[in-house]
Amino acid sequence: MIAILDYGSGNLRSAERAFATAGKEVVVTADRTVAVEAEGLVVPGVGAFAACMNGLNGVDGAAIVRERLAKERPTLGICIGMQIMFSHGTEHSDTAPHAGVGVWDGTVSQLAAPILPHMGWNTVEVDSDSILFKGIEAESFYFVHSYAAKSAVGKMQAWSTHGERFLAAVEDGYMSATQFHPEKSGAAGLALIKNWVGSL
Amino acid sequence: MTLSVRIIPCLDVTDGRVVKGVNFTDLVDAGDPVEMAALYNTEGADELTFLDISASVAGRETTLDVVRRTAEQVFIPLTVGGGIRSVEDVDRLLRAGADKVSINTSALARPQLIAEIADRFGSQVLVLSVDARRARTESGFEVTTHGGRQSAGVDALAWVEQACALGVGEILLNSMDADGTRAGYDIGMITAVRAVSKVPLIASGGAGSLEDFSAALDAGADALLAASVFHFGVHRIGDVKSYLGKHNYPVRGVAVR
Repeated sequence: MIAILDYGSGNLRSAERAFATAGKEVVVTADRTVAVEAEGLVVPGVGAFAACMNGLNGVDGAAIVRERLAKERPTLGICIGMQIMFSHGTEHSDTAPHAGVGVWDGTVSQLAAPILPHMGWNTVEVDSDSILFKGIEAESFYFVHSYAAKSAVGKMQAWSTHGERFLAAVEDGYMSATQFHPEKSGAAGLALIKNWVGSL
Repeated sequence: MTLSVRIIPCLDVTDGRVVKGVNFTDLVDAGDPVEMAALYNTEGADELTFLDISASVAGRETTLDVVRRTAEQVFIPLTVGGGIRSVEDVDRLLRAGADKVSINTSALARPQLIAEIADRFGSQVLVLSVDARRARTESGFEVTTHGGRQSAGVDALAWVEQACALGVGEILLNSMDADGTRAGYDIGMITAVRAVSKVPLIASGGAGSLEDFSAALDAGADALLAASVFHFGVHRIGDVKSYLGKHNYPVRGVAVR
């Protein structure tokens, strides 16, 4: 069973349906036990970094993610759900950066690009040993974001460029994440979801 | 690693049905928005837009159901506009499966609505739809209401700048002069709005020939929205993408199956 962590408003219906196409039961939940015990946990993300962390903390989300990783259970962050896995984020922060879950050390900061958000379909440059991108290395994926991580973390990285180069996806043992929205990336996105579900 | 230009078909929906004539011969039911959304997805649409033109509360409830059913089977971004007056309206649409909402008249009536929606859900969910025409205002372009029939008494460029400051994530610029003419997008208007905004710009109104699409991109549009040329089969989405690709504009190929 796959759990999608529900910790705020937004479009979780698409994510639920998209993950269901991979053939497993999918539940949208804020229940700690269900989220910890699920075969795979998806952490989506809406809004700004700090607002997202507030929502996550409201369901004890950081502890859920840490407990899952300690128990070697796969977790996938999507969009802001990827960004908050880093230690820091500078979105809407005038002084010190906001603290994230801290699975990875690094700061999520604004893209240096003339037009923001980075909105639309972009290609990625993928390490050859990727599990998520197997068979879809040359496809485009749908991005909507203004901030990103720009330094490598984890065992496998995928990169994209908008104004500057940034991390489009990471695979790091039981923790994976995509800056783009696989649930909104058409057939290529469904293939990536299938790859992740197949690796559980 | 180049961001593709987006081709976005727009469907006018009322009481759960697509209005405006359509002539897809391969559709079982040409008026079903879910079926049309699925077909456009297969043809390579990069996003979809539903404009709810229902006049009644019951009609809007039906639209929520259309959004739900579309989001269940079409996995590309879906924007819904029409009749959105509050943060609660936005919440309902997002929960039904919309990814973005577009607002127009309600933001003109109360600009603070832009900030309220952006603060709650983030700028990325919010598209400002601007129905503009050429007029004797400061910039030469004014905002209209009622489908272009009335002046809103607001300069179009000043409105775009205000809305960007309040937090819109994207601008959908509809030329009311060019709308439905198929004589080309209003290039001067696109150029002028591009110059005052740093958010993605969707051009709308006037698409006819394939050259019209590339001209709008040259003027600074990031995405191209069209209704009648697609509905009436003047061009298929694939034709537009092939043309643009051939002329070295970045386009996303039709997705893998």
